[in-house]
Amino acid sequence: MKDEIQTPADRSANLKGMGCSRKRVEDVRFTQGKGNYVDDIKLDGMLVGDFVRSPYAHARVTAIETEAALKVPGVLAVLTAKDLEPLGLHWMPTLAGDKQMVLADGKVLFQGQEVAFVVATDRYAAADGVAAVEVEYEELPVVTDPFRALDPDAPVLREDLAGQTEGAHGPRRHHNHIFTWEVGDKEATEKVLDEADVVAEEMVYYHRTHPMPLETCGCVASMDKVTGKLTLWGTFQAPHAVRTVASLISGIAEHNIRVISPDIGGGFGNKVGVYPGYICSIVASIVTGKPVKWVESRMDNLMSTAFARDYWMNGRIAATKEGKITGLWCHTTADHGGFDACADPTKFPAGFMNICTGSYDIPVAYLAVDGVYTNKAPGGVAYRCSFRVTEAAYFIERMVEVLAIKLGMDAAELRRINFIREDQFPYQSALGWEYDSGNYHAAWDKALTAVGYDALRQEQAQRIADFKAGKTRKLLGIGLTHFTEIVGAGPVKNCDILGLGMFDSCEIRIHPTGSAIARLGTISQGQGHATTFAQIIASEIGIPADDITLEEGDTDTAPYGLGTYGSRSTPVAGAATAMAARKIRAKAQMIAAYLLEVHDGDVEFDVDRFVVKGAPERFKTMKEIAFASYNQAIPGLEPGLEAVSYYDPPNMTYPFGAYICVMEIDVDTGEHKVRKFYALDDCGTRINPMIIEGQVHGGATEGYAIAMGQEIVYDDMGNHKTATLMDFFVPTSWETPHYTTDHTVTPSPHHPIGAKGVGESPNVGSVPCFSNAVHDAFRPFGLVQSHMPHDQWRIWKIADDLGLHG
Amino acid sequence: MIPAGFEYHRPADLTSAIGILQEHGDEARVVAGGHSLIPMMKLRMAELGHLIDLQDIDAMKGIAVGGDTVTIGAMTTQHELIVHDGLGAALPILREAALQIADPQVRYVGTIGGNVANGDPGNDMPGLMQCLNARFDLTGPDGSRQVAARDFYEAAYFTAREDEEILTAIIIPIPAPGTGSAYIKQKRKIGDYATAAAAVLVGDGTASVAMTNLADTPIWSEAAGAALAAGDIDGCAAAMLGAIDPQEDMRGPVAFKKHVAAVVLRRAIDSALSRRS
Ligand SMILES: Cc1cc2nc3c(=O)[nH]c(=O)nc-3n(C[C@H](O)[C@H](O)[C@H](O)COP(=O)(O)OP(=O)(O)OC[C@H]3O[C@@H](n4cnc5c(N)ncnc54)[C@H](O)[C@@H]3O)c2cc1C
Repeated sequence: MKDEIQTPADRSANLKGMGCSRKRVEDVRFTQGKGNYVDDIKLDGMLVGDFVRSPYAHARVTAIETEAALKVPGVLAVLTAKDLEPLGLHWMPTLAGDKQMVLADGKVLFQGQEVAFVVATDRYAAADGVAAVEVEYEELPVVTDPFRALDPDAPVLREDLAGQTEGAHGPRRHHNHIFTWEVGDKEATEKVLDEADVVAEEMVYYHRTHPMPLETCGCVASMDKVTGKLTLWGTFQAPHAVRTVASLISGIAEHNIRVISPDIGGGFGNKVGVYPGYICSIVASIVTGKPVKWVESRMDNLMSTAFARDYWMNGRIAATKEGKITGLWCHTTADHGGFDACADPTKFPAGFMNICTGSYDIPVAYLAVDGVYTNKAPGGVAYRCSFRVTEAAYFIERMVEVLAIKLGMDAAELRRINFIREDQFPYQSALGWEYDSGNYHAAWDKALTAVGYDALRQEQAQRIADFKAGKTRKLLGIGLTHFTEIVGAGPVKNCDILGLGMFDSCEIRIHPTGSAIARLGTISQGQGHATTFAQIIASEIGIPADDITLEEGDTDTAPYGLGTYGSRSTPVAGAATAMAARKIRAKAQMIAAYLLEVHDGDVEFDVDRFVVKGAPERFKTMKEIAFASYNQAIPGLEPGLEAVSYYDPPNMTYPFGAYICVMEIDVDTGEHKVRKFYALDDCGTRINPMIIEGQVHGGATEGYAIAMGQEIVYDDMGNHKTATLMDFFVPTSWETPHYTTDHTVTPSPHHPIGAKGVGESPNVGSVPCFSNAVHDAFRPFGLVQSHMPHDQWRIWKIADDLGLHG
Repeated sequence: MIPAGFEYHRPADLTSAIGILQEHGDEARVVAGGHSLIPMMKLRMAELGHLIDLQDIDAMKGIAVGGDTVTIGAMTTQHELIVHDGLGAALPILREAALQIADPQVRYVGTIGGNVANGDPGNDMPGLMQCLNARFDLTGPDGSRQVAARDFYEAAYFTAREDEEILTAIIIPIPAPGTGSAYIKQKRKIGDYATAAAAVLVGDGTASVAMTNLADTPIWSEAAGAALAAGDIDGCAAAMLGAIDPQEDMRGPVAFKKHVAAVVLRRAIDSALSRRS
């Protein structure tokens, strides 16, 4: 047999297991236009729903006239809050413990809010119906500034909460106040600040933006009146959670709800929340007895479903005069819009913002976050990051730069002397986290060497001299970032969403002929799960990845899990996959021992088989073992070869990275050019280097967009100014920088395969890196802090304010 | 993003197209590439009962490079301007500008006629046509007439074209040999309209200067051209800055736009001068 002369290395290569840059199996269908997205679903008699949206940011709704709309050919129904009220569905709970109007109940709180839902035979009729609905509004004073929202005389936004002084996360101290969240030792931190050699203080604003999945949000609801079963296809990043929430909200028994996430065209946090479109589609399907589809337009998406960021982070950082950081203080004002619809684990109303001590050994720290209502769209999701980690990383990476300016120190050196040292792991942070592993100094030195940091600084010095001498109008910025993430939510003891513990799952079934199917509680939105999770199984049990089908997203078949966001798939479901595989391997070992007529302990696993210890010519391949499990009566063992694992992670994982950006800036036009972007990521064990690189490119490109131009803007009247891709910046290949990727490997000690998750690192790390490059270019001329996004006019304004236009 | 319903017409000749325009008056509009009109319809900012597609009218297509002038059919796509053999030599600035419009997908479909007839101050061709002193051929129920590009633009989306007239061709005088030209445009990204763009021609004692998206019409400044013709670059920039009237939008505030306008203009002048022979 050819098999027998193969070396272990050859056999291992055949598996395409962990560490192999296996090509993405998904791409065969995606690159041929054969994906199956929600909008591809077409059912018999399917109707389409569309929203009447509010043109005002704050107004009373005094009347809704639907008669004309109902006369539009093809329009079958127009739902308003009045229709939903008897079902108790005119409001819905949010993931953050607040509630949100499904359809305007007497008033609207943001421009674009859902007012009525028109159901029609097709999209065109629905749009005509929407245009024909007449709504009478009485405008109310608008507040879009979260600080102004807390003024005593600020307009009252949430009249439904009148007199409610206790919110989901503790006391509310003002009618537009949602919560205050405090972590750390306030007194000790303030004492350190009072007594420090040096204190740098700055307001760091991370502007409002929006995840930009190519595919917008949508669903198809189909209520089968005969079976009483509701099937809901949708762009859901957490299908099981949607099923449970749908059951709790609607009263339909959970076994009668089947939620299916088909192919998803990117999520980035936008598809975690529960939206009025889902509820209205379900109700419309129940009312009409027909399947109902709702798919957002791009404008709907940018105006109404979950924004990200909008954090005003006021910071103070204390240090000795040599630059050793001694304390960190942060007060954040969080603009949540009209409803608190953040998607965070329940006990963390500001997500993991308390990772804001970053990569540094900071002995004391204090963080307070105030959540505030304004007349803007709700959301506050983690746009390709784990629950506010990007905000935290941006904050600390700006504060370190600001401190470096105050100290007159090189920012690379300042970081180096403050990094948590390798021997300090596992490291207890001042704000309550246990960092699992890291080697920051090694990564940092590798990065600085790779870009030739010292030479870059020399070039920059020359450039400044040339600029001052009038020889050039271009400045050079060197942006530095060392970020630490916290991903893989998370341990059930402190992480849940609406009471659902944030474990995850994998079920593996080995077929008689030795191929397999695995199902997970997560759902890929482009991350390549079908590729990488098969690689984990391949390495763990010796079945080629190409022989493993991977399925996710159907709640009738997949084991329960909390879905994909917050880089949790590999840390949690990936761990479950390894654990399920190990259960199978353990049973396979017993079968092999039986077949080889030795004790269980006398065989050992060798790539794709079990061999008798000391007698390598005596073995049973996994293929043989699989077949035996189906055709032999093995004493003491059940037939078949299957396992399921529900994995509750003991801790989060803490990926980290060192990013460096070199940027040219034209002070006269505000234009910039990224000359180099170097990204070193340490995500622990690397499952598929090609996919990691792809994730880094994608995440860094989103980070580039956010730092350099992407923004959701409202004017003072609450008008949304950036609802199309003309003004909402999404880089094309032309604008996208070239990336150089690199890595170090520091496995997670508590994860079964040592993997940490990487999908979000590049967004978390690149935003401060690009921003720091802009700041660094102007540092010699006195710039300390300037808010993102650094689009052309804002860069021009920096130069203008610094007097660089003569 | 769903347009209201409309009737679709596809006449094969100009007379029929004009006839349909006459029949439906205000309710009707011609569509060329649709890349300005259809987005407006999808936003329901333009609601039309009748859409008259001009793409089957062959007489409105094609590029003819003559001795003194270039004649371009209104239905010629921006892509065709870029790939045409003789046009790049006769009017290098036209190709240079066309390459800075939107992206290849838009240019495959968008036409020069639609671009100049649209009346959007963001469009690049109108300013360029004023710089080049082009003339527009318009045909209506009462026959044909020519209007100079410099007289065509009245306000945003308002032009000298009558509702029942169709723009059939654009006639551009070929600049004297040795004339240097440049089209420089600052934008936020590929697919964006100009933050500021400048079209500059400079020959032996002659010059013409126009700018885009800095007022509600393109700005051609006679004084700026005269100053440049006399070699007075500062005077040219000052005249142009006096003529523009930019508004704040997502591209930035007025002060920024004025500053960038001056920078872009000076860069275009430098480039045009360096290409003069
Ligand atoms: C993403 C995007 C980016 C863009 N960026 C730019 C840019 O950077 N610079 C730029 O200049 N343009 C830009 N455009 C616009 C594009 O160039 C359009 O194609 C062009 O403005 C209009 O040409 P059209 O053939 O598509 O005209 P249409 O959209 O068909 O028509 C536009 C208007 O002109 C009228 N019209 C058209 N042809 C005639 C005619 N022969 N006679 C009378 N009236 C006529 C129509 O009735 C309509 O009112 C962009 C468009 C898009 C979608």
